[in-house]
Amino acid sequence: MADTGAERITTGQAVAARLWNSRWLLAAGFVAVTAVYGFAGMSAYVVLAALALLLAAALLPTGRAIRSTESAAAIEASGLQRLSGEYLAAAVADPLIIFDRTAIIVHANAAAFAAFGGIAPGLSLSLKFRAPEMQALLDGVLSGTVASDAVDYTEKLPVERAYRVSASSVGHATDLYVLVFKDQSETRRIDRMRADFIANASHELRTPLASISGFIETLRGPARNDPAAREQFLQIMQSQTGRMARLIDDLLSLSRLEMKPYLKPGTEVDLRQTIDSVIDSLGPLARENSVVIERDYAQGPLDVPGDRDELFQVFENLLENACKYGQPGGRVTVSIARGEAGPEPGFDVTIRDYGPGIPEEHIPRITERFYRVDVESSRTQKGTGLGLSIVKHILTRHNARLSIKSEVGKGAAFTVHLPAR
Amino acid sequence: MQSVHIVSAYDEELKYLSKRIAAMGGHAERMVEQAIQALVNADPGLAQKVIRDDIVLDEGQREIDDKAIVIIAKRQPMATDLREIVGAIRISADLERVGDLGKNVAKRVVSVIDGRQPTSLFRGLEALAELALTQLKEVLDVYASRSVEKIGFVRDRDDQIDAMYTSLFRELLTYMMEDPRNITPCTHLLFCAKNIERIGDHATNIAETIYYIVTGEQLPAERPKGDKTDQVALQAALPVK
Repeated sequence: MADTGAERITTGQAVAARLWNSRWLLAAGFVAVTAVYGFAGMSAYVVLAALALLLAAALLPTGRAIRSTESAAAIEASGLQRLSGEYLAAAVADPLIIFDRTAIIVHANAAAFAAFGGIAPGLSLSLKFRAPEMQALLDGVLSGTVASDAVDYTEKLPVERAYRVSASSVGHATDLYVLVFKDQSETRRIDRMRADFIANASHELRTPLASISGFIETLRGPARNDPAAREQFLQIMQSQTGRMARLIDDLLSLSRLEMKPYLKPGTEVDLRQTIDSVIDSLGPLARENSVVIERDYAQGPLDVPGDRDELFQVFENLLENACKYGQPGGRVTVSIARGEAGPEPGFDVTIRDYGPGIPEEHIPRITERFYRVDVESSRTQKGTGLGLSIVKHILTRHNARLSIKSEVGKGAAFTVHLPAR
Repeated sequence: MQSVHIVSAYDEELKYLSKRIAAMGGHAERMVEQAIQALVNADPGLAQKVIRDDIVLDEGQREIDDKAIVIIAKRQPMATDLREIVGAIRISADLERVGDLGKNVAKRVVSVIDGRQPTSLFRGLEALAELALTQLKEVLDVYASRSVEKIGFVRDRDDQIDAMYTSLFRELLTYMMEDPRNITPCTHLLFCAKNIERIGDHATNIAETIYYIVTGEQLPAERPKGDKTDQVALQAALPVK
């Protein structure tokens, strides 16, 4: 690609000037081409695309060639070329950041904003990506020791993501560099999921399995001819297998959540409609536990960005817990309020029960997997110890927070803070 | 690139300081992350690596100190610049401490390995570390973006970290009471939890320094000391059989 550029410059001063005038288009072109090259690896198409871009860059301004150089400069200053560069960056689906030789961000496309948040032009890249390998990558490319380089970069928080990051300089003497992130979280997550699933499943399924095998032994031995005991043991065995089935369901649903990449932007969820349908679906459970569900919604539209099915699961898990563990209180309040107090505007959905409450020392930890405040009551309520960790996981993906307030004897309030767009 | 000072080398020096701080921050984050990973996965090899890496942070702090003193001597900085330089000295000291705490967690990995501790303890430590690391990451992100209006979250999360630490403290005490053989590994884990909680405190310190650098004002001093472990010892001593 570089050879072709050099060839063209020797053909005449005019072409060189045109190329200079269209350096933004060229820069953006190289960005797009590098990106395509990085992802598809189709070298024939890359060369073709580069040639086409060069031709376009050299020929496009011909209509204006008769004009003086001042007007050409004016056109350049109008930002037209700059705009087209941004459009090209926007057309790339992966996060892409253009930066200058002091590692200051010049432009970042929408995918980069969605993935990393808060990367405004003018921010220093080496301050934002602090991991040692990223620092080495930036230093290497900016000092000119290598023309382009790539490293594997993993972000642990808030959601684990793995990228193959490549950095390279753009064009000739543009003083611009580009950073392209190729998301590899999927493969990484599948590996992690398998390991986690096996660890969790083997640990949590061992208890019910041990009890079932114990009962089978008894049924074949001492209780062989005791119909009453047999009936009782079979009952226990059935409830244990039921527990194992629920556990596997919850583990699968958690693993599925962990496998999905971060949330796709753009979809809106109507909180009022979602929560109403959650309440409808839990009607039978509430009646069974003789709990009344009260609603208290704020006025006006209650739309938040998010995934409807996932938010449905959040409120279903929370309301189900409230109905089960807050049963002595006899009522559960669901309220939606506009949260103006926090750093960013959003909605606060509170699910409050009036049951026995949660002791203070357990509150910070109840969203951990398999953490149970009271093993016995969790067993009788058919809990798996995974409901709240599913809730937490979904909320992290939504940039939302869960806060829990409770006083022993007065009930518990679970508040979900969902940021508005 | 618009220059703030007439001598552009001065700008370069200030930029170099913040770049070094960011690099130190990245190293500190990585060290703590790997120390916890080594602890949870019982991986002494990774722990050794963390212990070796600490020297990078020590060197970073020394370099920042030297550079900052030289800048003060050469340029006689005023106002924002002076705050920036003094802030850099303070932040690098905090980050160096974070590295030391991470190293201390890594050192304890070997002593914890042979005891068979319940997984819920390690989940708790992981969750605590996740909170502290999120705190550190967000604070360093604010250092990059200078958007101090977001700094309110820091104290919120500090409370969460304290509550989590108190809960872990309680759980560890019960394990120790159940079986004296647990005392050795549980004491080490207790120190690990304490170290992680301290990392959160250092992150809060850094947040306060950043607020000072950007606004020239101190954050109000009402920082409630939320961890209630001093009371836990009394309560937990009661149910001994």
